Amino acid sequence: MNVWPYLIVGALATYLWRGLGVLLSGRINADSALLRWFTAVAYAMLAGLIARLIILPAGPLAHVALWERSAAAIAALAIYLLTRRNIIFGVAAGTVTLILCLQF
Amino acid sequence: MQGEEIEDFGSAAAARRRGALSALGMPCLVLGASYLGFGALIRESHLGLDAGLASSIAGWALPGQIVLVEVIAAGGSVLSAALAVLLTNARLLPMVASLMPILRAAESGKPRLRHYLIAHLIAITGFAIAMQRAPRMTPAQRLPFYEGFAVTLWSTTILATALGFFLAGVMPRPVTLGFVFLNPLYFMLVFVADLKHRLRAWALIIGAVLGPSLHLLSADWGLLATGLIAGTIAYGIDAAQRRRHPGWRR
Repeated sequence: MNVWPYLIVGALATYLWRGLGVLLSGRINADSALLRWFTAVAYAMLAGLIARLIILPAGPLAHVALWERSAAAIAALAIYLLTRRNIIFGVAAGTVTLILCLQF
Repeated sequence: MQGEEIEDFGSAAAARRRGALSALGMPCLVLGASYLGFGALIRESHLGLDAGLASSIAGWALPGQIVLVEVIAAGGSVLSAALAVLLTNARLLPMVASLMPILRAAESGKPRLRHYLIAHLIAITGFAIAMQRAPRMTPAQRLPFYEGFAVTLWSTTILATALGFFLAGVMPRPVTLGFVFLNPLYFMLVFVADLKHRLRAWALIIGAVLGPSLHLLSADWGLLATGLIAGTIAYGIDAAQRRRHPGWRR
């Protein structure tokens, strides 16, 4: 199977959105209502994507129980807030929690 | 912004170096771990290292890259691959459209080649960090900072793709799964800092609630619908609150 047509199409389908984004950004006024709407849509999509990756993951994580993923996410958030918003400690706590859940 | 100091690196070259340094550390570690997973996925899907590297170089945006490999592994058509990647990566348009005016605040006029090139390297990590930090930087140093940051991050993920390809099957399963989960955990914590902005907070909260629900309704269109619906509601709430408190800028 020749994978190159897929890779080329994948690259074009990815850059298309970015190129259009630059084109549009040249026509949007900074501090305009339209820019705020774009910002809101961007953050909503990112939050939707991240929530989906935690709650309904595809691939290998789909076989990890929801409670194990939730425990890891809650541990990450708790340690992050308890350590005055230290992202390293938060991410490490979440990852270790997941690995421990899977080990025992 | 209220009492926040302007970050001035001194020159464009210094800003580029600081951007590169900011990427080394958590961003490279987390995204590098995710791309180790991507490299392993390439190997497990019986694709060559050249395909994995080409994907990370030319189609850099992990969710779309994973979807592409899944379509290839499932024997789907080139057309179905194009549609799947388009739907997965639609978020890049509003992300680039909202970040670019901040990065090029120092200049006016039409976007130039430099802007079209750097757009290739706008993805979640850089977007999240630049939306938080760039507005406080000297306008002329924002784009160089982002270039340093994004090129460093991109290079790391290309190396990690190769490393993951060779390490496939070597790492214990729980550790691999922990690595894969690093990515959503990291982004979740990064976005907590955005909850102090009214517009971003509403968009993040409503998006996080709608995202999984709409994904269950349609795996293809759920994410796009989440962005449009949750984003528009958040925009509406913010606009209403702006009218009520016209002096309050956020």
